[in-house]
Amino acid sequence: MPAEGLLAASWLLIALPLAGAAVLLLGGRRTDRWGHLLGTATVVAAFVLAVACTVQLAGLAERSADVELFTFIATGDLDVTAGLLFDPLSALFALLITGVGSLIHVYSIGYMAHDPARRRFFAYLNLFVAAMLLLVLGNSFVALYVGWEGVGLASYLLIAFWYTRPAAATAAKKAFIMNRVGDVGLALAIFIMFAQLGTTSYAGVFGSIGTLAGGTITAIGLLLLLGACGKSGQFPLQAWLPDAMEGPTPVSALIHAATMVTAGVYLIARSAPIYDLTETARTVVLAIGALTLLIGAIAGCAYDDIKKVLAYSTVSQIGYMFLAVGLGPAGYVAGLAHLLAHGFFKAGLFLGAGSVMHAMNDSVDMRRFGALWKKLPVTFGTFGLGYLALIGFPFLSGYFTKDAIIEVALDRDDVWGWVLGGIAVIGAGLTAFYMTRLMLMTFFGRARWEDGVHPHEAPSVMTAPMIVLALGSVFAGALLVAVFPLSGWLEPVFGEPEEAAHVVAPAVIGLVVTVVMAFGVLAAWLFVGRREVPVTAPVRVSPVTRAARHALYADAVNESLFMRPGQWLTRALVWVDNRGVDGAVNGLAAGLGGSSARLGRAQNGFVRTYALGMLGGAVVVAGALLAVTGG
Amino acid sequence: MTDIPWLVLMIAVPAVGAAVVAALPRARDLLAKQVTLGVSLLVLLLAVLATVAFDPDGDRFQLTTSVSWIPDFGAEFALGADGIALVMLLLIGVLVPLVVTASWHEADASPRPPRVFFAWLLLLEAMMVGVFAATDILLFYVFFEAMLVPMYFLIGSFGGPRRQYAAVKFFVYSLVGGLIMLAAVIGLYVVSTSQLGEGTFAFDALRQLDIDPDVQKLLFLGFFIAFAIKAPLVPFHTWLPDSGAEAPIGGSVLLVGVLDKVGTFGFLRYCLPLFPDASRFFAPFVLVLAVAGILYAALLAMGQSDMKRLVSYTSISHFGFIALGIFAFTTEAATGAVLYMVNHGIATGLLFLVVGMLIARGGSRQIGDYGGVAATAPKLAGAFLIAGLASLALPGTNSFVSEFLVLIGSFPERPVFTILATLGIILAALYVLLMYQRTMHGPPRGMPLADVHGGDPTPEADPARGGASAATATVTAPAPVRDGSRFADLSRRELAVVAPLIALIIGLGVYPQPLLELIEPAVVATLGDMGVSGGTDR
Amino acid sequence: MTLSYYLVLAAMLFTIGAVGVLVRRNAIVVFMCIELMLNAVNLTLITFARSTGTVDGQIIALFVMVVAAAEVVVGLAIIMSIYRTRRSASVDDANLLKY
Repeated sequence: MPAEGLLAASWLLIALPLAGAAVLLLGGRRTDRWGHLLGTATVVAAFVLAVACTVQLAGLAERSADVELFTFIATGDLDVTAGLLFDPLSALFALLITGVGSLIHVYSIGYMAHDPARRRFFAYLNLFVAAMLLLVLGNSFVALYVGWEGVGLASYLLIAFWYTRPAAATAAKKAFIMNRVGDVGLALAIFIMFAQLGTTSYAGVFGSIGTLAGGTITAIGLLLLLGACGKSGQFPLQAWLPDAMEGPTPVSALIHAATMVTAGVYLIARSAPIYDLTETARTVVLAIGALTLLIGAIAGCAYDDIKKVLAYSTVSQIGYMFLAVGLGPAGYVAGLAHLLAHGFFKAGLFLGAGSVMHAMNDSVDMRRFGALWKKLPVTFGTFGLGYLALIGFPFLSGYFTKDAIIEVALDRDDVWGWVLGGIAVIGAGLTAFYMTRLMLMTFFGRARWEDGVHPHEAPSVMTAPMIVLALGSVFAGALLVAVFPLSGWLEPVFGEPEEAAHVVAPAVIGLVVTVVMAFGVLAAWLFVGRREVPVTAPVRVSPVTRAARHALYADAVNESLFMRPGQWLTRALVWVDNRGVDGAVNGLAAGLGGSSARLGRAQNGFVRTYALGMLGGAVVVAGALLAVTGG
Repeated sequence: MTDIPWLVLMIAVPAVGAAVVAALPRARDLLAKQVTLGVSLLVLLLAVLATVAFDPDGDRFQLTTSVSWIPDFGAEFALGADGIALVMLLLIGVLVPLVVTASWHEADASPRPPRVFFAWLLLLEAMMVGVFAATDILLFYVFFEAMLVPMYFLIGSFGGPRRQYAAVKFFVYSLVGGLIMLAAVIGLYVVSTSQLGEGTFAFDALRQLDIDPDVQKLLFLGFFIAFAIKAPLVPFHTWLPDSGAEAPIGGSVLLVGVLDKVGTFGFLRYCLPLFPDASRFFAPFVLVLAVAGILYAALLAMGQSDMKRLVSYTSISHFGFIALGIFAFTTEAATGAVLYMVNHGIATGLLFLVVGMLIARGGSRQIGDYGGVAATAPKLAGAFLIAGLASLALPGTNSFVSEFLVLIGSFPERPVFTILATLGIILAALYVLLMYQRTMHGPPRGMPLADVHGGDPTPEADPARGGASAATATVTAPAPVRDGSRFADLSRRELAVVAPLIALIIGLGVYPQPLLELIEPAVVATLGDMGVSGGTDR
Repeated sequence: MTLSYYLVLAAMLFTIGAVGVLVRRNAIVVFMCIELMLNAVNLTLITFARSTGTVDGQIIALFVMVVAAAEVVVGLAIIMSIYRTRRSASVDDANLLKY
């Protein structure tokens, strides 16, 4: 139904940060002094507006509001209206984006205080928030696509924020291009929708998707999934996400942990009416989720770079979410609950990591950390709560949301249910292992600091957001699963939650997961905590460790399958174009020139040669005349 | 308002302006530039007024003028514009003043007087207007060929080190295509003589003809080859990288931005309506060329080390999209293709201009001679990035709308070709970002050459600069010297060039509907000529 | 049958002139041979004029004579100037105008 009241102004959600970005980018150095404040203010204002809109939405009978803005592209049969859809699902994301976004903006004021380009940083962050809100609020797949590529741009700009470092510039390019591979899938899915259904709006597509053949629906589902994999760092497009840690840490927290990388989950949840109709595509989603969950967790065990461990942890956790949304109706809610909880604790962990780096002269090598808990008490406390929430310590966020996913998997009540549930449980153990390893290496043990490092706690403008996020890490799971069940709020989107007959009682699952987690923690303590951590990584390690250190050779595969053949092909084609195509033309020109030079030899300067030529010509003409008239 | 012959004025004003500029005394170069700028702004005003006078829902051809020209052949000096031609005229109107401003000092270093440069520029503008506005095929042909002359001199007299080679190549390629087209024009005249009893070159009469399919195929090929060379489609493309690289920046912008669009414009205006059966027959063949061009040229662009050649190759890739849109025969795709023609002129125009500004500072066209420019010239880097993003069709920029329309419109009819073309958007990201990363990112490397502009790279600082040898020496200078001096950011003049284009890129990217409304009726009429109804059957 | 005698004579004269132009090197002789060819043509023209009873042929013959006279003036002048600069009247020596 058309929006009224505040909801009709929900376009301001996007417009506010966008205006902030425009002012900061166009204003130049004049805005240096107050730019960060403006950037933060727009996002906070957007958050307030989002809360107000959500409250109004909760009061509506139909809990869904359309906002039509203007005709974007209309020609022939294509009619794309720029419009917003404010429903429980997009409200959830809007709150997450603006809420976590506001906290991270505040944190960045402190984190980027000494960077001469802080204004530019806030401009890009604002641009990101605007694009991300467009992604989740748009009412058509085209609007989603615009936001989708918009966040890709913002991500590119922010990863390459310190562009004088070649590694950052390369990582940014890699992220954009791997995302573009996914975008092709999304674009093709939109083309099929238009070709088959004649529309790209959610309402139109979901309303008539049932009329399509099963194969077409599966194709759409798989193409959308390709887009989702690109944006969310899922197999086989996961390699860009760890590299993206070259960006400033608040960027890693906001974009590469809490919001943008979960856009793939949003896309699949939003396209639930499509996936409900295609078992095949859902199975592929499941498989990719389970596989990525393991890849991320294994790689996370081997890295010494604190941000990369967290990045692989993100890859792995998003694998959980994919696994959940691939499970169908019951899984959507579980996946989204995990997404929200993850948004809190992972953002908190990244901000904590940023605080550690801040204290350690921007070092990220955990082998040179240690014993920081005394020096950084607030960071330790908040980071520790985030850690406990992530590994699923009983009654913290991760415990509720991860268990819910395992529960839904087992509820399938078939072999695959047990396999997926088993993978998820193993993943939980691995998560406990690598996160405990990270905790031990960073905060405990002996101090292995480099010379001249004097750790100090971050200013309160940085610690305050960390505290808020830590509180969220603690309570979000319980709130979302037990107190105010998310399934009720999302009912208008995914339908009435059916009370499933549990195959295994939730309490048993909780117990099993807790035991596995305890084993992970114990293993980490045995391998890392008990012994001295060497300041350089040991070289003589098992093949498994070596493979994990190379993230299971994802980059090597990409390089040898795509990059090198591509470079080779490019070089070959340049040669072909210069020598072959252009050579043929130039050869023709040279041939013509040569033959004309040879013909020119006939002009030898002797009068009688010319005279003979004339005579011959006259005879030919006369002969031809005779042949025509006389013959 | 409608009684005023807008199109005649749009040809006459720059033509007269060219004569005036050429006749100015040698010492009045500044005046020559000012007159040129004034005239080109006047043409922009005329184009805007013509658009106001145009009624999108009215007759197909409006603002018509017709004067008997060669009565013996039935040829008329007939001008008129449909929505397609009109948006191209607007593009010309917008681009030329910006090119004039950007080229303010372009010819100062040349051995030939700058006023000659600007006179050729204005003459080129007059010819370009003529070629889009002509509704008589013979007149179109005359403008089509006459357009070569000013461009030939712009490249040959004011270009880079290999300008002679490039100019001759450009001329010969275009001339060959033009002559083949002339044969087809005459063939069309003969057919019209036999069918109508009296020969004519008038487009409106010719499209009513009912031509034998075999004859159609021959005549189609005559036109098609000329336009495929002009556009250019692979494999007729090798003249463009040479010309685009050697031409002075202003020339490159108009060459790729407008001149080449005559080819794709010709597909839509002449090939489809005049030879509908042949167009359908050859469509798969053209689509193969188009899609091959998209991928092939994009890969080639990645392999270039010369920035101007790189941008030229990206354009060839983009022309593949335009051809795909035209030969998919759907309203959405063809509308997208026309919009693409405009958007590409704006986006690639900006890219060429910014690359030119970079080259003016660094004195080298090689990507490898630059690095970390963003650190000292953020505005230049920003403009470069926006131009690059528009080139890779990022949503929010104008190119996205057109590329999206072309692809989504082609998909229902030609899914396989469209899927292959869509892969081109990955390659587009690669070539743009590779170039951007290598020049703008990384540690600052300073000027590639010893400071060629005597301490102040902004030409404004010293208008009386003799500089006859400076810029010519820079290109051939030996091993680059990195002295770590800073790249100057955009000057006010350069900002004035860049800002309107950026505004258009974003404006048309967010709200393209006005242009679409102008284009769509003309596209529907064009496709109607070949029996395609206003939409795809579903 | 008188017609054919005249025509055969004209053809012989023309052939002699043509062969002379082709084989002789002395510019003066070449020139005379050209005159011979012109007059062979004149003879043909007058013959046909006589046989058809019209004056067209005679008029053209007069034109040819006028042109021939003019040609002699220009041609001899050129030959004279070549002879002055090159001390030779051979047409083979004047071969600068070639590829």
